[in-house]
Amino acid sequence: MTLSTTQAQAAPIKKNYRGPMSRLQSRYGLLMIAPAVFFLLMFLVTPTLMAFYMSFTNQRLISPNPTEFVGLRNYDRALALSVIRLPAERDEQGNIQVDDDGNTEFPRLRTVTRKDEKYKGFRELYSWESDDTKTVLVAKDPIFYKSFYNTFRFAFMVVPLQVAMALGLALLINRQMKGVNFFRSVYFAPVVTSMVVVSIVWSFFFNKDMGLFNRYLEVFSFGLIEGPNWLGDPAYAMKSIVIMSAWQGAGVQMLIFLAGLQGISKDLYEAASIDGANGWHKFRFITLPGLRNTFVFVVIATTIAAFGLYTQVAVMTAGGPVDSTTTVMYHAVRKGQTEQDMGYGSTITVIYFAVILIIALLQKLYFERKGD
Amino acid sequence: MIETNVDAMRPYKTLLRYAVMIFLAYIFAFPLLFMVMSSFKTENAMFADMYSLRAVLPVGDLMLDNYQNVFRKSNIELFFFNSVIITTLNVLLGLIVNSMAAFSMARLKWKGQEFVLIAIVSLLIVPFEAIAIPLLMLVAKLPWIAFEGGELVVQSSWLNTLHVQIIPGIANAFQIFLFYQFFRDIPKDFDEAAAIDGASPLRTFWSLIVPMSGPVFATATILAFLANWNNYLWPILTTQSESARPIMVGIQMFFSNNTDWGEIMAYSTLTTIPVFIVFIAFQKKFVASLAGTGIKG
Repeated sequence: MTLSTTQAQAAPIKKNYRGPMSRLQSRYGLLMIAPAVFFLLMFLVTPTLMAFYMSFTNQRLISPNPTEFVGLRNYDRALALSVIRLPAERDEQGNIQVDDDGNTEFPRLRTVTRKDEKYKGFRELYSWESDDTKTVLVAKDPIFYKSFYNTFRFAFMVVPLQVAMALGLALLINRQMKGVNFFRSVYFAPVVTSMVVVSIVWSFFFNKDMGLFNRYLEVFSFGLIEGPNWLGDPAYAMKSIVIMSAWQGAGVQMLIFLAGLQGISKDLYEAASIDGANGWHKFRFITLPGLRNTFVFVVIATTIAAFGLYTQVAVMTAGGPVDSTTTVMYHAVRKGQTEQDMGYGSTITVIYFAVILIIALLQKLYFERKGD
Repeated sequence: MIETNVDAMRPYKTLLRYAVMIFLAYIFAFPLLFMVMSSFKTENAMFADMYSLRAVLPVGDLMLDNYQNVFRKSNIELFFFNSVIITTLNVLLGLIVNSMAAFSMARLKWKGQEFVLIAIVSLLIVPFEAIAIPLLMLVAKLPWIAFEGGELVVQSSWLNTLHVQIIPGIANAFQIFLFYQFFRDIPKDFDEAAAIDGASPLRTFWSLIVPMSGPVFATATILAFLANWNNYLWPILTTQSESARPIMVGIQMFFSNNTDWGEIMAYSTLTTIPVFIVFIAFQKKFVASLAGTGIKG
């Protein structure tokens, strides 16, 4: 963008201002948008381009060595998958060897990955056994796949829960009743509270021995139920984060649903009443269709937000136990910042961005097709 | 006929509705009330009160020991001050830059503005998480001129500073769009009259449009204030030293290094106070801001 100012031709302001492309408007227009454009180019567009560029290099945050192009190596490191079949160990007679517990014995994965150049650098992601073979799914960075799996798992659990909670709350308080504004503010209060603080307070609730949930479970079951180690057990850690996140965020979607509900004409409900429709019918055939666009927006926005899961994990579990809560963002930050491997951190970022775009697009297409 | 039927059901239904609303209010308010009340109690009292309504009431021997310990153990004043500076400057500069840009696109005519508008709207889809890591690389290499001990010093990086937490977030595509929508709907007659009186567009903006746009400025301020004060990912990436640490990083570190829950609750309360004060004071505005901005995606 350039500012063309030919002073010699400057005419009186009045005349100029009315012209369709007056020089004054053009000059001020560019002047007033320049700071925003500069900052957006600098701190939003440049990093987006840098992410692509750096994903093809071995860039480090701080390094004495020059940065080199490495082609697709980072992508290979993130995405490389392979399957290794391990035949059961057999004795000289050809019988399958069994250990003391009666389990079939298989050679260790490492003996294969060390020997075979093709499998160099691969580590176990997942494995299953049949009678005489152990099949191992291996990846160069198993945590990368695990982090995507965890992020999807979080989104699949939190989006339906949070959206349902928000819709329920909106329907509950969408009435001309005394005190409705008070209740609305109370349901909304967790949203304004920082996620760091919320995570810390809930860490206390989730604490295995002293925590509120387990103490309640113990007291109300007369000592029969021993609560789980919410954040310390891979089976519960992500679910705990889901419950807390839905509680924290539902207030926003509640407000959006409320605005959507207010957009549905009262006449429709009255007409339905006259036709003898009951509450469920009204909800099914007036409220839900009336909220369609709101619903689509809320689901897409909540999904994208869910994919950014980072703070709760950083504060409550640090990705553990055994990487059961490591999300894509957490993995990217650990690689990019903690381990200073910018090239690889950027690669994760690029794949992450691509996945988000695809999901948002798919959701939009799905809802549009369903609408026909 | 059906109307009377509904009326007959009403008292019972209303009562049930209130019961559900109160129950849910307890669930939504409990963690926050528990946090505030526990910060004034000993750890023993906190555990003892946990099983009854006492958990969310200011009862028993209340004390300030937890707060005294927090101030003794942590440099919380500095972190709080840092957060205030970061939030204030970022919000103020952001309002100026973004509203000016929106004015330029909504009310002035210049070549290429359609393109710029489309470009800014398409930037809305880039989540911050997707650029956090490369942005860290960028600010790590940016130079900065600082004033230290009476002379100008060139610093080779933005890391561990306050400005790294202020400047990158100033321009915000979403805020520009918010202002744009509002400015677009103001009748054009106003600026034309001002122009005839010889006012420059900048003057028109400052003394005519801005005073008329209270609601959108309030919305933008609230959203930006919340995002800034509660920001965690960006400061954790860019600040290691204490000197530029904001309160969110401060409390997270306190939480990982301390085991006394009373003190942790006191720290949490102090961190949350500014937000609660603003929230309670501008409740209606908050709700309107966040509800109104949602549907436009």
